[in-house]
Amino acid sequence: MRIKTKLLPLAGGIAALLTLTQCFTDKQNEGERLYTQYCANCHMDDGSGLRNLIPPLAGADYLVNHRDDLACIIQHGQTGNIVVNGKNYNQGMPAFEHLNKGQITNILNYVQTNFGNSNPRFSIQEVEKQLFKCRHLLEQ
Amino acid sequence: MLCTLLLSISALGWQGCSDKSAETGDLPILGERQLVQREVDGQQVTDTVYHRIPDFAFINQDSQVVTSLTVQDKVYVTDFFFTTCPTICPKMKSQMLRVYEEFKDEPRLMLLSHTIDPKHDTVAVLRDYADRLQVSSDKWHFVTGEKDSIYSIAMQYMVTALEDEEEPGGFVHSGAFVLVDQNRHVRGIYDGTDPAQVDRLIRDIPALLPKKKKKKDADKN
Ligand code: HEC
Repeated sequence: MRIKTKLLPLAGGIAALLTLTQCFTDKQNEGERLYTQYCANCHMDDGSGLRNLIPPLAGADYLVNHRDDLACIIQHGQTGNIVVNGKNYNQGMPAFEHLNKGQITNILNYVQTNFGNSNPRFSIQEVEKQLFKCRHLLEQ
Repeated sequence: MLCTLLLSISALGWQGCSDKSAETGDLPILGERQLVQREVDGQQVTDTVYHRIPDFAFINQDSQVVTSLTVQDKVYVTDFFFTTCPTICPKMKSQMLRVYEEFKDEPRLMLLSHTIDPKHDTVAVLRDYADRLQVSSDKWHFVTGEKDSIYSIAMQYMVTALEDEEEPGGFVHSGAFVLVDQNRHVRGIYDGTDPAQVDRLIRDIPALLPKKKKKKDADKN
């Protein structure tokens, strides 16, 4: 009897841990899945971009230098000339207004930690804060 | 109706792109064909008239006119796209670049990309696009023209291209790469977003290019 009650919290802990890791792997997969669905057409599966038309995400200095703008770029798109790894791009990226902050966080974390990138991850709070800055664009 | 037609033709195309046919140079001629009866020395003979791409005239990224004469005696690969396409076009272009690089030094092969958004994709826009892709305009023509002519030639190549406001970017179009021979017969249709099918295209193209005379023969005197 006593043994059982002792074991109970342990079992609960293991279960919680399992669901937690499950949850993390799912999130990881969601980032990859959304990237494949919405981004890979242009930025390619390996994040290499397309010559001077579409900037790379693999090894892109932009991801570091403009970290604070990334959530807004995904939500509202990007036009005008930008410089990535010393090259000019000016093609225009569409907005993804239907993606929510959780999805954007997962995509960004996939981008930041794949294609040879090892940039710091985003928390959902950080993404939320970034999106708050460009919220006026949604009302247009 | 149109859909089933396209599907069956594509099926034919894929069948024609097997390894075996590439080896033998035996790529089928795709599209509708007509049987025409005629009399030769009192005997009835039946000729097959194959589907052939009609004459065309478009303008390329250098403002040069590109016509059926431009592709005379050439094998060419053609597709339909638009520069602001939010979906499959960049993938198609990255795959077309593979074909470009593979046959860079083969003057008998050309690439012909039609915009299906001529209103936006002017010569200047196409020029910028080709420059950014870093490709040469003698080999890879990006053409624009009358909207109706572009959409009707797409049908001749058996490629879907339609305007549709509901679609992302405003157009529906297939990602097909169409392989056309020196007689403007369609010899293969490949999914230009699928690297495996583009591998097959790259293997099929040499089957349409007659082997060059051996150097030994040419040097004989
Ligand atoms: C239609 C093609 C297209 C799609 C789809 C697309 N992008 Fe972009 N992206 C671009 C272009 C073009 C630029 C450069 C914009 C400019 O010139 O102003 C860009 C710029 C960027 C940048 C900043 C520059 C860099 O390379 O770091 C990031 C980050 C980015 N995109 C991420 C994404 C993510 C994540 C997705 C998917 C949610 C996505 N993009 C979908 C075309 C696209």
